[in-house]
Amino acid sequence: MISIIIIVLGIIMIIAAFLAIRLKNLLAAIISAGVISLLASVIYLMLAAPDVAMTEAAIGSGLTTIIFIFTLKKIKKGDLDD
Amino acid sequence: MIFALILGFLLLIIGIYGMLTQKNLIKIIIGFSIVDTGVHIIIVSIGYLRGKTAPIIDAGVDIKNAVNSVVDPIPSALVLTAIVIGLAVTALMLSYVIKLYQKNKSLSIDDYQELKW
Amino acid sequence: MIKRIFVLLAILGLILMFLPFLRDFDFHEELGELSSQYVEGSVNDLNTQNVVTAVIVTYRGLDTLGEVTVLFLATAGVGFLLRKKKTSKKSRKSSELLQTGSQFLFVLIILTGVYIFTHGHLTPGGGFQGGVLITTAFLLLILTDTNLKINHRILLFVESFSGAFYVIIGLLGVLLIGMNSFLDPAILSLGNFGKLLSAGAIPLIYSLIGLKVGSELTAIIDRMGGE
Repeated sequence: MISIIIIVLGIIMIIAAFLAIRLKNLLAAIISAGVISLLASVIYLMLAAPDVAMTEAAIGSGLTTIIFIFTLKKIKKGDLDD
Repeated sequence: MIFALILGFLLLIIGIYGMLTQKNLIKIIIGFSIVDTGVHIIIVSIGYLRGKTAPIIDAGVDIKNAVNSVVDPIPSALVLTAIVIGLAVTALMLSYVIKLYQKNKSLSIDDYQELKW
Repeated sequence: MIKRIFVLLAILGLILMFLPFLRDFDFHEELGELSSQYVEGSVNDLNTQNVVTAVIVTYRGLDTLGEVTVLFLATAGVGFLLRKKKTSKKSRKSSELLQTGSQFLFVLIILTGVYIFTHGHLTPGGGFQGGVLITTAFLLLILTDTNLKINHRILLFVESFSGAFYVIIGLLGVLLIGMNSFLDPAILSLGNFGKLLSAGAIPLIYSLIGLKVGSELTAIIDRMGGE
């Protein structure tokens, strides 16, 4: 049962990792990286580590995505390029 | 279990491939973050024992027999610290990207060739 | 073209390096010796329910001190690189619904964060998770209130106070108990198993770590995102 969930989530994570590297639109790539961290948090819960799951959910899919978006905002304010 | 280990290694390899081939600075940092996540999954999946529960000894776990019914607590402690340090290093890298962009107005790594001989 | 072939060769080399590790890996069936020593010590000597908390604060306390130092260095680096220039643009005020709702939620999220790091020895959680929740509360205020100015002196004071007090508690262990007990939680009474005021100095140390991590990450986010 646990193995099936880990396999399904793993396939979605690998597709998201490919998308995060290949997409041209920077905002979409950043959100894909956030999805990877979110699914990793569920996998940590399946592997019986609740402290790590809580930390990864708060930091990986919360703060890291926000820091990337703040960087994009500071860059785009100065110039209108990508 | 073996699937989480394989997943961790695949994420590591995709992240390193992304860091080697992309030209945009922010894509390189996204690749670094994926490598980080992959390594953490590898470490946590080494400490898993089949059929045992989380290392918190409350009313559901027998106190006298706690050694035989919990998962390894040491990899969890290592990964907890590593996640926070990964965030701090990513923030430092991104502030360097902001300063570089303010100087040269370009996000492609082909324009920063001053250190090459 | 040559570069692509080299990259592919490097990735193939990496896969070949990892393959013996995956093939011969045998999963254990019971805990190793060090882990069973930590679990038994946490139940018998330290009265802590959460074994991961006991490992981080007591048995591997010096690593936590090093991690707190690395966080401080990263915050100092970000603060040095992104110095604030004087901006005098006043942007449009956000709507009243947004401001009132976010102020209400701010108090609730801070309460949850404080609950998580004071109960770190009883339930899953602890200092790092509680600190990140406090940072998320401040992030909510930064995103919705466009004219917010966070007073960096208060953040500086909280952070330096918690850091200094953490080291002082560690040195108190050396003074009161003996030469070998830096960061020993037995300086306060150990109490009963499962109550809030138990496990010696572990709730106090973890609360200080939670405050320090929360204020440092808030300073980073405010530098990078605030106007």
